[in-house]
Amino acid sequence: MSTPAWHEPVLQQFPAVRWDGAARALIVPPELARAVAEWLTQPDHGAWDFCSNVTGVDYLPREVKEKSKRPDGTEEIVVRTEPGSLQVVYHLYSVAQRSGPLVLKQVVPRQAPAAVSLTPVWRSCELQEREVYDLFGVSFEGHPDLRRILMWDEFTGHPMRKDYAEPQDYEWEPTPHGDVLEKHRRGKVIIA
Amino acid sequence: MSAAAATAAASYSLVRQPAMETGLLEVSMGPHHPSTHGVFRMDVRLDGETVVALKPVFGYLHRNHEKLAEGMSYLASMPFTDRLDYFNSMTNNWAYALAAEQLLPIEVPERAQYLRVIMAELTRLVNHTSLVGFFLNDLGALGTPLLYAFRERERILDLFEQASGARMMCNYFRFGGLRCDVPEGWLARARAVVDAFPRFLDEFEKLLCENEIVLARTQRVGVLSGAQAVNAGITGPMLRASGVNYDLRKVDRYGIYERFAFRVPLGSAGDCYDRFMIRLLEMRESLKILDAALRDIPTGPVMGNAPRVFKPAASETYGRVESPKGELGFYLIADGTTKPYRYRVRPPSFINLTVLEDLCVGHTIADAVVILGSVDIVLGEVDR
Amino acid sequence: MTEQINVVAQEVPGFTRAELEQAGVLLSSVEGLYNWARGGSVWPLTFGLACCAIEMIASATSRFDIARFGSEVFRPSPRQADLMIVSGTVTKKMAPQVVRIYNQMPEPKWVIAMGACAISGGPFKQGYNVLKGIDRYLPVDVYLPGCPPRPEAVLQALNYLQEKILNIRIEQDPAFTAGRRQYPVPRFTGTDLEPPYNPEVWRPPANPNTEPARPKKAATA
Repeated sequence: MSTPAWHEPVLQQFPAVRWDGAARALIVPPELARAVAEWLTQPDHGAWDFCSNVTGVDYLPREVKEKSKRPDGTEEIVVRTEPGSLQVVYHLYSVAQRSGPLVLKQVVPRQAPAAVSLTPVWRSCELQEREVYDLFGVSFEGHPDLRRILMWDEFTGHPMRKDYAEPQDYEWEPTPHGDVLEKHRRGKVIIA
Repeated sequence: MSAAAATAAASYSLVRQPAMETGLLEVSMGPHHPSTHGVFRMDVRLDGETVVALKPVFGYLHRNHEKLAEGMSYLASMPFTDRLDYFNSMTNNWAYALAAEQLLPIEVPERAQYLRVIMAELTRLVNHTSLVGFFLNDLGALGTPLLYAFRERERILDLFEQASGARMMCNYFRFGGLRCDVPEGWLARARAVVDAFPRFLDEFEKLLCENEIVLARTQRVGVLSGAQAVNAGITGPMLRASGVNYDLRKVDRYGIYERFAFRVPLGSAGDCYDRFMIRLLEMRESLKILDAALRDIPTGPVMGNAPRVFKPAASETYGRVESPKGELGFYLIADGTTKPYRYRVRPPSFINLTVLEDLCVGHTIADAVVILGSVDIVLGEVDR
Repeated sequence: MTEQINVVAQEVPGFTRAELEQAGVLLSSVEGLYNWARGGSVWPLTFGLACCAIEMIASATSRFDIARFGSEVFRPSPRQADLMIVSGTVTKKMAPQVVRIYNQMPEPKWVIAMGACAISGGPFKQGYNVLKGIDRYLPVDVYLPGCPPRPEAVLQALNYLQEKILNIRIEQDPAFTAGRRQYPVPRFTGTDLEPPYNPEVWRPPANPNTEPARPKKAATA
C-alpha cells in the first residue's frame, strides 16, 4: 500500500522534522509539535482537521548487534545498546479533503517523558492524551486536564509500559499453562 | 404559637428570602446508575436542576484488552474484539481483520466480502434498534420501546447464532475471510428478516417520531456544531447528525461498499432529535444495502489463502471501519513475530464523549441523561 | 419443602396430606410458605457491568420473559433488591463499589455471579485491572458460566436460586441469623486492592506441590 506524499510539504517547511519511511510517520520534535500541528490544520497545507487516534508506544532499551569492518578487513560484531523511547502517535485525517492518514510521532525519552499536548489544536486528543499519560506515563505540556483516566487516582505504575510488573493476585491453579505457568514458576501466585 | 412552630415559621421565611443564595450541588452519577448504560460515571455540578459542570469518569470497565492482546498471537485477539463493543461484535471483527489484512495482504474471496457486508449491516440494525430502545428508556418511555427493539434484535441475533454459533460474541471473521460459510437456507432466512424489518421501522416511527414528548425532550437539546464535532474527533451518526458528510463506507470504500447504492443521512440541527433520527434513517439505508447484498451474493469459498501462521513483517498500520457507533480503528505495530508489538483500539464511543460536558452544560440533569443516551456509548469500548 | 410439609401434615391425626388437599385444606410450615413466597418474587438489582448485562436485559424482554419466574421487578436501588446479578467483568476499580452496593442491600440477599468474568476473571483474567472473581469479596450463591451466558441460562440460574431459597432453614441460614451481612470495602493502593481478598468468604486454594512440574525438554536439545 503506497501512501501519497502528504508528508513532503511538512518536511520542506520544518527541516527539523524527520520522515520515518518504515513506519510511514513524521517524527516531530516535541518542541515543534504545536507549530507543526497548527500549520497542518491550515486549508492550504492539507486541512488536517481531524485527529483520529492518539496513542503511545513503549520501546524498551535493547541491544543491537552490528557487523563492522576492522581496518584489516576482518569483521567484528559490535554490541550497541539502543536507548528506549516512548512514542506518542497521532493519526490525522482530513474531513474536508477526505485524505489520510498522516501519522505524527513525538518521541520522548523513557525517563521523565514530556511531550507537548496537541489538545489545543485538535480537541479529540483530550481524553486520549490523558489515557497515554495514565497508561504510559507521558506528561503533556499544555493539556487542560491531565489526570489519570482509566486507573484509579492512587495508582502509581504505568501498566501499558512493557516493563510493568503486574500485582501478584493469581491463585494457584492445578493445571497452569502458558503465561500462568510462567507466573507459577516465578512464585507469583497467592497460596493459602 | 408554640416555640417549635415559631422556629419552623422562622426557618420557612428564611428559605423564602429572595436574597438567599443556593449553593451548587455536586452529584456523582454512577458508576451504578440505571441511565449511564453501564459503569460510566459523571460527576455533575448542579445549580438547582441545571448542569453547571460535568466531568466524565472512566475506567470502571478497563479490562486491559490492549495489554492482553500484546501477549497473544494476532488471531487470538479476535474473540476479545467481540467484547469491545458487545452490541457490534461483527463490525469489531471486521475492523481488526481489516487492519491485519493491511499488515499482511490476503485476498478475501467474493462471497466472504458479501457476507462481511451483510453481517456488518445486520449489526448496524442490531445496534441502532437497541440504541433507540435505550434512548427512549432514558427519555422516560420505560420499557415498552425497548421491548419492541429487543424483539427485532432477537431475530437478527438468531441469524448470527445460526451463522457463527453465538448470539453476541460471534468471533466470525478471520484474516482473509470468514471462519465458516453460513448454513444452508440462511440467506433465505436473512431475507425474511430483512423484508420484515421495514414494518417494525414504520410502526416505530409512527409511534415515536412525532410524539410530542419526544420532540420536546430532544429538539434543541445538546446541540453540537459540525466544526466542533470534527475538531473533537466525533465520528459516526453523531458527526453526521451535525451535518458533516463523513461516512467511512463512502470515504474509505473498504470492503465492497462502493458496489452498493445507499445514501448518507445528514442532520441539520445537531441536537438529540437529529441524532435519534439519523439512526432510524441509517437503518433504512442499511436495509437497502442488505437487500442488494442478499440478491447479488455469489457462491464460492469464504476463506482466502491465508498463511497457517500469521506472522507479518515489521511494519505498522492503521485500519478503520464505520462501526455503528463511529470510526472504529485498529493501530497495529508488527515486529516480525506472531504477536503484535503494539495493539491499539481507537474506540469511537470513548472519543465521542469528549464533548459531553459542552453538550450538557446549561441543560437540566434530566437532559444530561438524554444527551448521554444520544451519544450511544458502550462501556466495553469506552474503557476497553 | 415437601418434607417439612409432610411433617406438619402428619400432625393432623388420621389424615394424609393428599386427603387434606382433596378436602381443600393446604398445610405448610410457616418457613415453607415464607420460602415459597420469597423464591417466587426475587427482585434483582438493575446492575449491569459488561457484556453479560445485555443478556440479562434480554432475559427480561418479551422473548425470554423473566416475569414468568416472578423476577421481572428490576430495582435500580440496592435498598429494594434481593438479588445481585454480577453481570460481567468486575474490574479492580469497580470492585469497591460492587461490595458497597452489596452492603446496602437488605437481608435476605443473594448473589449470582453471571459469566466467566464474574466467576474467575474469565478471558480477561490476565489483566492487571481485572478482579479474579467476585467471590473474593462476596459470598456467591449461584455461579452461572458462559461468555456471555444465554438468557435461558439466566433463567436456569434463577431456578437454581429459587430451589436454594425453598430449602432455606430460617433459624440456620446466615441470611436470617447473621444480621445484615456487610463486608469490608477494599481500598485502593498504588498497585492493587487492599486487602486482595476477603478471608471471611474466600481463601486461595492450597498448593499441594511447591512447584508445578516443569515441561520436560527433549534430551537432545
